[in-house]
Amino acid sequence: MTSELIHRLHFAFTITFHYLFPQLTMGLALLIVVLKTAALKTNGELWDRAAHFWGRIFGINFVFGVVTGIPMEFEFGTNWARFSRLSGGVIGQPLAMEGVFSFFLESAFLGLFLYGGNRLSKRMHWFSSVMVFAGSWLSGFFIIVTDAWMQHPVAYDRLPNGQFEMLSFWQLLMNPWGLLQYMHNMTGAVITGSFVMAATGAFYLLDGRMQNYGRTFLKVGVIAGAIASILIIFPTGDLHGKYVAHNQPPAMAGMEGVFKTEPGTGIVLIGQPNEETGQIDNPIVVNDMLSFLIYGTTKAEVKGLDQIPHDQWPTALPLLYYAYHIMAGLGTYFVFVMVLSAFLLWRKKLYTARWIQWALLLSFPLPYIANTAGWMTAELGRQPWLVYGLMRTSEGYSNTVSASNGLFTLIGFMGLYTVLGLLFTVLIYREISNGPEAKPALAVAAHAN
Amino acid sequence: MMGFIWFWLVAVMIVGYVVLDGFDLGVGVLHLFLARNETERQATLHSIGPVWDGNEVWLLAGGGTLYFAFPLLYASAFSGFYLPLMIVLWLLVLRGVSLELRNHLEMGVWRALLDGIFGVASLLLTIFFGAALANVIRGVPLQADGYFFLPLWTNWQPGANPGILDWYTVIGGLVALVALTLHGALWLSIKISGDLEQRARRIVTPLWIALVILTVVSLIATISIRPQNLNNYYQYPFTFVVPVGVLASLAGIWLWNRNAQPVKAFLSSCLYLFFMLAGACWGLYPTLLPATTDPERDITLSHAISGPHTLAVGLIWWGFGMALATCYTIFVYTRFKGKSDLGVSGH
Ligand code: HDD
Ligand code: HEM
Ligand code: HEM
Repeated sequence: MTSELIHRLHFAFTITFHYLFPQLTMGLALLIVVLKTAALKTNGELWDRAAHFWGRIFGINFVFGVVTGIPMEFEFGTNWARFSRLSGGVIGQPLAMEGVFSFFLESAFLGLFLYGGNRLSKRMHWFSSVMVFAGSWLSGFFIIVTDAWMQHPVAYDRLPNGQFEMLSFWQLLMNPWGLLQYMHNMTGAVITGSFVMAATGAFYLLDGRMQNYGRTFLKVGVIAGAIASILIIFPTGDLHGKYVAHNQPPAMAGMEGVFKTEPGTGIVLIGQPNEETGQIDNPIVVNDMLSFLIYGTTKAEVKGLDQIPHDQWPTALPLLYYAYHIMAGLGTYFVFVMVLSAFLLWRKKLYTARWIQWALLLSFPLPYIANTAGWMTAELGRQPWLVYGLMRTSEGYSNTVSASNGLFTLIGFMGLYTVLGLLFTVLIYREISNGPEAKPALAVAAHAN
Repeated sequence: MMGFIWFWLVAVMIVGYVVLDGFDLGVGVLHLFLARNETERQATLHSIGPVWDGNEVWLLAGGGTLYFAFPLLYASAFSGFYLPLMIVLWLLVLRGVSLELRNHLEMGVWRALLDGIFGVASLLLTIFFGAALANVIRGVPLQADGYFFLPLWTNWQPGANPGILDWYTVIGGLVALVALTLHGALWLSIKISGDLEQRARRIVTPLWIALVILTVVSLIATISIRPQNLNNYYQYPFTFVVPVGVLASLAGIWLWNRNAQPVKAFLSSCLYLFFMLAGACWGLYPTLLPATTDPERDITLSHAISGPHTLAVGLIWWGFGMALATCYTIFVYTRFKGKSDLGVSGH
């Protein structure tokens, strides 16, 4: 195995694991604000307890997010030294801002939110939940700006020593790619949060316990989930897709499996791309659809892989194609199941229709898969570039760190993260099965001072 | 000028990190020895529970600041210290998880396991951090392209081809272990009452004696390994206040601890850490990472610094952001002021 491959796997593995946690943090942060606001408006005990319960789950999830995030911050230097050396002046900036502006904020107010319940006024407690929300969404923003610059570099110049120098701070933060990516990605996080909440509600109802909470969770989860599932396709996914098609044609060709350039390109719903023959095997295609989605007319030409030099093809073409299809396929399913549930909620049938509760319960892993597949689409679509059009991935990894040392630490992370994953699953399962009424005596006592 | 400013801003982040996370690392080392039962252990751990994550953010923000202000140094040092850094990351992961999750697992076995992990990870981290600083002072075998890769150890000698660990960096690790454990003990004597407070106060004396000896040994060792470290001091003799400050703050720790003024003793320990680190930075300035191979290859401020616009803009948001962050830090500390264990008995 080459050291380039090892470094790529190292980064991919650790970031994919990290992102399992922030997506729930960011999604739940919003839903907790909703619960706290309802509690403030209605003065309802139930809402407050519900918020407290999700706050506990949030707390556990947050710890895992923090500990898996710390390695990420360092891996730019350890595994991507040649990249960091040249790009630090530009993307080191938003990365450092994430620490300075959002992590301090989040860690300060989370403590207040989790342990200050009986010492703060209701309004102050509500405010701390809003600040936690702001901190986590701000942190998402800075990290996406960082990624967006690699996808679509803007506002930079090169110094004589080859380093990138930032030209405009404002343009860097307002990178159009980043704004589109941010909207789409945050909607994805809300989908994860709402599916987890709705599934918990369905679990209580199906199990015949804690019915009042079950209904609350189901209601909030389904309403938020239906809105977010629509928004993720339209407008956010649609706009992001068009932007990719215009600015990274090889990525789009790979995602959609377009081998031949022709007017009226169809969209492949199912099929396996075959790099040798340059065809899709076993295709099911909707004619002209892709041209229409990108350009608004069925006649337009979509640039296919045949017009792209082979050394600029996405390096893991089939994986890119599948990742994209998994994301988009699941996105379609989410709209279907959430809109149906919202309809049943409106017709007052949701709390008794066990079949849809089963569907919601079993669907909770899917948003995690969709979000991961989405990031794989973005990151594999960028290949073979590390900074699109400017620096290849093969020029960026730490060539002083040998493949064997990289493999050693990759295996270390895999072992450690397996243990963390098991621990996380057990802890969350226990919280959920104990339910909102359980007294977390130890957790509270331990932090009261 | 920008180089000078950013050098010291990064130094401030490092000092902030060591002073803040330092005491919770120290408490991590101590809780295994000091706490005799579950109540005492909880009291010990509460004293850091609400603040450790915020303390650790100083490390992250410091790393980020280093990344954009001195990308060459960040790239070279992080890839060169690859193995020990990865071990540090694993220890940080284990430490964070074990501290937070003990409250969610009520069975004794699990808690004993997590407490053990927390203590050992804290102990190893202090040693690694001290050794890391010593590595930077001693220098590394930089290649012509500005990179290097250090094995964990070679022949334990600090020559031209050293390892991460040699006798000099081991001394650095021990200084950090003792200094931070002492720092943690002083923090506990502020935050804890009763028997445990007495035990924390009593352990200060042996630690203090060890620290005085190690400090003197490490200063001598540093001068013998890298005599150039004194150049800046000779050139600006008033900067000899730094070593004087080291000694004065050591004296302060002793006196105030004896007079049962734990807050002052703790602040002296903060000053001690500040003077030690500032002294090391001043000894290096304007070198960021000395080469053991050839002084021509030293990474200095002028080659490592980012472009001018980056740094000018950075100064604005950094100043603003760190002012905010300092406010949160002060706010959190005042909210959790006072003895941290008093509430527990009430539950
Ligand atoms: C629940 C999660 C989820 C769902 C259902 C969807 N997406 Fe997505 N998508 C993401 C979560 C996501 C993501 C994880 O948030 C990504 C990865 C990077 C990014 O910014 O967002 C992403 C990236 C991403 C990209 C950018 C790829 C690149 O940068 O090269 C496009 C074009 C789409 N999505 C399009 C869609 C469409 C048309 C969808 C609907 C059918 C869709 N996504 C559903
Ligand atoms: C290479 C990329 C990444 C780096 C370097 C990184 C770094 C970090 C670090 C250091 C933390 C811990 C903060 C603390 O101590 O409080 C963290 C947590 C977090 N990260 Fe990441 N992260 C990365 C990717 C992402 C992505 C893609 C997102 C979301 C879009 C994200 C969102 C968050 C959030 C919301 C938190 C708060 C804690 C949590 O939610 O679990 N991060 N990250
Ligand atoms: C959380 C969501 C993310 C996931 C799941 C993800 C996934 C991946 C994957 C699968 C790769 C390997 C691609 C390959 O080498 O073929 C990769 C590479 C990389 N990603 Fe991401 N990524 C995420 C977010 C980010 C962010 C926010 C940044 C920047 C701040 C980032 C920076 C990088 C870098 C530097 C590489 C290595 C270079 C490369 O292979 O191109 N990633 N990521």
